Amino acid sequence: MKVYFSEWNSSELVKSATSKGKKRELLTPTTFSLIHATDFADRYERHLVPLLRAGYVVLCDRYVFTAFARDVVRGCPPDWVRGLYDFAALPDLTFFFQADLEVSLQRILDGRPKLKFFEAGMDLRLSSDIYESFRIFQGRLLEQYLAMSTEFNFTVIDANEPVETQQAVVRQLVSKRVDLTVYKRRKPAPPPPSVPRVRRPKPSPAEEPAE
Amino acid sequence: MKPANDIVVPVRRVRRFYGHGIPGVKLEELGGKLIVVEGADGSGRSTQIAKLVEWLEGSGHATVQVGLKRSSLVSDELGQAQEGNILSRTTLSLFYATDFADQLENVILPALRAGFIVLADRYIYTLMARDLVRGFHEPWLKNLYGIALEPDAVFYLTVAPEELVQRNLAKSAALDYWESGMDLGLSRDMFDCFVKYQTSMQATFRRMQDSYGFTFVDGNRSAETISAELQKKISAVLAGK
Repeated sequence: MKVYFSEWNSSELVKSATSKGKKRELLTPTTFSLIHATDFADRYERHLVPLLRAGYVVLCDRYVFTAFARDVVRGCPPDWVRGLYDFAALPDLTFFFQADLEVSLQRILDGRPKLKFFEAGMDLRLSSDIYESFRIFQGRLLEQYLAMSTEFNFTVIDANEPVETQQAVVRQLVSKRVDLTVYKRRKPAPPPPSVPRVRRPKPSPAEEPAE
Repeated sequence: MKPANDIVVPVRRVRRFYGHGIPGVKLEELGGKLIVVEGADGSGRSTQIAKLVEWLEGSGHATVQVGLKRSSLVSDELGQAQEGNILSRTTLSLFYATDFADQLENVILPALRAGFIVLADRYIYTLMARDLVRGFHEPWLKNLYGIALEPDAVFYLTVAPEELVQRNLAKSAALDYWESGMDLGLSRDMFDCFVKYQTSMQATFRRMQDSYGFTFVDGNRSAETISAELQKKISAVLAGK
């Protein structure tokens, strides 16, 4: 299958600036938004556009909607944020994995000891308690996602269910909506008969690496 | 010593952002003045800004300078990106916008709040013109830079591209890759490329003048003559005229 999985990982340069900004808490809502847009543009222009043109199925772990929700909760004007990203094509299919706050909080904490400053929305000074801040911030994000759900035709998946149950639903929906046979890789063409095959000489026993 | 009443306190005026601006900023708190000097490399920008700083500080004002690629957030990375030519166009454009926003929020706005005169060695216009020349969609750029504060004055130093070539070569015996627009592939000859690129940058600035009201300043004259003209115009700005 011609499939590419794209995470939010960008070039080293953009990443270096983003992590510096986050580590030193230099970011304001506007620069937070812009530096993530820079990051997204890099990912979009270097990977997504060429892959889509080459006929790949591209799976994106988060897309512009994350920015739409997050930046608006941080106080950026919605139409400004949407305008920034209008170079990006809308997906053919968008899944929204909706989990209860306590479930997502527990899943994060199962994986690592504590919450991160920006993921808990601590820059918004909603609460001095990071867990409380996380709950308020994620609650506001959820409102934004739900508001976008109809506009961008999200397919909502109940993310409180076990992974296997979610997978069964997602697989069924994808195969219904996308003709996956189109994305099968073609077999590589056999070499033309006129080209003589170069046979690599077998290494003599003396050259073989010692055990 | 001059009596204190010789020192002019800048007259406040109603401010606006070009678009949505920066969330939470109270425009009425922004005293000070924002003066922008635009122009190509070799147009005399740095010389003129140095002279303005000397004159303004001598006249009793506090000044702060900003410019492109000077933010603490992304300036190092931007420099590296230009060296290696590795970022695609939209990425580079947004990276520059981040650099601008960082300086706007952390230097320009606080300095204006404190009543400083901020001298900007280029502003959003160069960034927009560069992208317009490269075929970017104008409404996208206007939305992006809707965060910017409208300056009190924008001076654009015009120097004929042929003269710019001479000045750049006299200074460093080489033409800069980006200032020659080499990424556009206008010509394989760097000299031709520079002239073509700077010509279209100037045409773009002329076109943008309708929206942004630049003051065109003939940069082909002596540094002293140009400085005298800028001082006269800035005095009027400080007096609220």
